[in-house]
Amino acid sequence: MKDKTQVTASESTRASQSREEAPTLRPPVNVFEDAEGITLEADMPGVSRERLQLRVDQDSLLIEGDIQAAVPQGMEALYADVRATRYSRSFALSRELDTENIDASLNNGVLRLRIGKRAEVRPRKIEVRVD
Amino acid sequence: MFGSLSNFDDSLFDDLRRMQREMDEMFGPRTWPAGIRSVARGTYPPINVGATSEGVDIYLFAAGLDPKTLDISIQQNLLTVAGERKVEVPDDVEYYRRERYSGAFKRVISLPEDVDPDQVDAHYVDGILQVSVKRREASRPRQIQVK
Repeated sequence: MKDKTQVTASESTRASQSREEAPTLRPPVNVFEDAEGITLEADMPGVSRERLQLRVDQDSLLIEGDIQAAVPQGMEALYADVRATRYSRSFALSRELDTENIDASLNNGVLRLRIGKRAEVRPRKIEVRVD
Repeated sequence: MFGSLSNFDDSLFDDLRRMQREMDEMFGPRTWPAGIRSVARGTYPPINVGATSEGVDIYLFAAGLDPKTLDISIQQNLLTVAGERKVEVPDDVEYYRRERYSGAFKRVISLPEDVDPDQVDAHYVDGILQVSVKRREASRPRQIQVK
């Protein structure tokens, strides 16, 4: 199942700073660029669409999400690689990216963000005329 | 819409916080002696194991898998999970970061001695594979009636 959704831009990332300081996980990402824009993929297993938070403004992108897993009553940990329940990672954006034009999807814990470039900065092919 | 996420219903939010706190307490910073089959931190996929008197639950944090390709087997008290995650790599792009694991993986997890290999259940939700193994009937705590 694929959840396709549009990101809403927020004015600032202040909300995240007011949260209590709990340890967070840094999701591994792949970032790549082509002529039309930048794609970011992040592994955030355990995060559902409802618990994913994306904040975008002109200069920065903040990705956050809470892990939800079915934990039976009275469970004790025998072993844990993952020792926090919240993912958080931020990136600085650059001017040529069109933050009004972001597409996000979340599929089996993989977040995929597509940030387009402003039309005026897309590379233009320059024809060389031979006279 | 993500914008509406900030307007959480209070009770729901409290509930989530409480659950997170419980999970934080349970899986928070702590040191275990390294198991003989344990692997270096950062190995894909990360694993948490939790136990109750009824059974043992293994959580594999494995986003982006096709559950059909997973090979889960249990022999006595050894659980083996093998699979492959293929991360699609377009070739006509410029890469800045490639941190996501791509390729085959296999992890072997030692479970307590009293698990029942015939009572295993596996679910894959939002990128977490949860394998639940029940303990043998005989080793579960029993309520004893006073006559």
